[in-house]
Amino acid sequence: MTNSTTDTRAALSNYVLHLADTNLILAQRLCEWCGHGPILEQDIALSNIGLDLLGQTRSLYQYAATLIGEGKTEDALAFLRNERQFKNLLLSEQPNGDFGYTVLRQFLYEAYQLLLLRALQQSSDSQLAAIAEKSLKEATYHYKWSAEWVIRLGDGTEESHQRMQQALNEIWTYTGEMFLPSADEKALSFAGLIPDLTALREEWFKKVSAVLEEATLDIPALTVWMQQGGKTGVHSEHLGYILAEMQYLQRQYPGQQW
Amino acid sequence: MVKTEADIWTLLASVPDPEVPVLSILDLGVVRAVSLSPTGDQSAVTITITPTYSGCPAMDMISMNIRIALLEAGIKDISIVSQLSPAWTTDWMSEEGKRKLKAYGIAPPLSNAIVDELFAEDHKIQCPQCNSMNTELISQFGSTSCKALYRCLDCKEPFDYFKCHR
Repeated sequence: MTNSTTDTRAALSNYVLHLADTNLILAQRLCEWCGHGPILEQDIALSNIGLDLLGQTRSLYQYAATLIGEGKTEDALAFLRNERQFKNLLLSEQPNGDFGYTVLRQFLYEAYQLLLLRALQQSSDSQLAAIAEKSLKEATYHYKWSAEWVIRLGDGTEESHQRMQQALNEIWTYTGEMFLPSADEKALSFAGLIPDLTALREEWFKKVSAVLEEATLDIPALTVWMQQGGKTGVHSEHLGYILAEMQYLQRQYPGQQW
Repeated sequence: MVKTEADIWTLLASVPDPEVPVLSILDLGVVRAVSLSPTGDQSAVTITITPTYSGCPAMDMISMNIRIALLEAGIKDISIVSQLSPAWTTDWMSEEGKRKLKAYGIAPPLSNAIVDELFAEDHKIQCPQCNSMNTELISQFGSTSCKALYRCLDCKEPFDYFKCHR
């Protein structure tokens, strides 16, 4: 292999890990709701969405494992990496808050996933394109479900409206990172493997604005100060606790199966 | 004695879906290809399958059940390949499968795409119990990834709808 293909391969495996990590951590968060949802049907919806995300994560980790080689497995990638090695978006690790906060976090992420996956279907990397094609159908359901709830709660009672507005103001600062390309994303976008994230941002803003307006919420500006760091492994204080719970069994009893 | 690819397809028709056992994996449309290559006196068989939903926990069991069915027929050299693209759609479910689903009490998938428009009126789903069209959606997400939950406003029974996925 030439140096440039080696570099692209490394950038691609980092990028696939970033996609997988974000889905995994968000799935873990959603499944914390299991047994605690406001009503049974929505409890099931949250776990169902979590399960879809976990399935997508498996495809991504399996692909990352083949790119990395060295006998890596999907389980090793999920259970045996430390906080600093996780590349998930900060958005995905934020605590669930109330149902409205969870729904809004999901909506802002699914709107982004929908646009990203649509673009990734055209990737010159055929495996990444195949995973995107598969995941897109699921993201379509998730987007619709979360957008409808954002509207119901935003344009709901005085209390639900006020909670949604507060949640939006808080979560918004975690959305900028989605469109802030890492060095790997810049290289891959230049090589035509992934879309230009800066261009996706406008489309995303238009898409979420339409729903937030319908929900009668005040839309924060794109130019407010944004949190960042997840893509390079610099996380908020919450990720360590998620990993401690999620990885405990494999750390304590390596290779344990049931 | 298994001699041809057609024999393999016949074998696979007897492998049930673990979550909706009334359907075979062929009815479900998850088997995409079968190939048989003679290697000496033993044949090597490759089965290509595709997952329904990414997180469907039944896929591992489907692979295992395929392996068991082939082993029982005396085939030892078996590879099962999972392929993501083209992505599975309920359009690949057989008409026979749809009939079996309804008889089992699950409304079969319509061939309409899901409506992207928010709060759009859902496609009318027929109650598999009393055949009434007077039904309503309870939740887009049901007991498994592939099902939504409905209720019939005439016979008052809740029922599963195998949702359209395309």
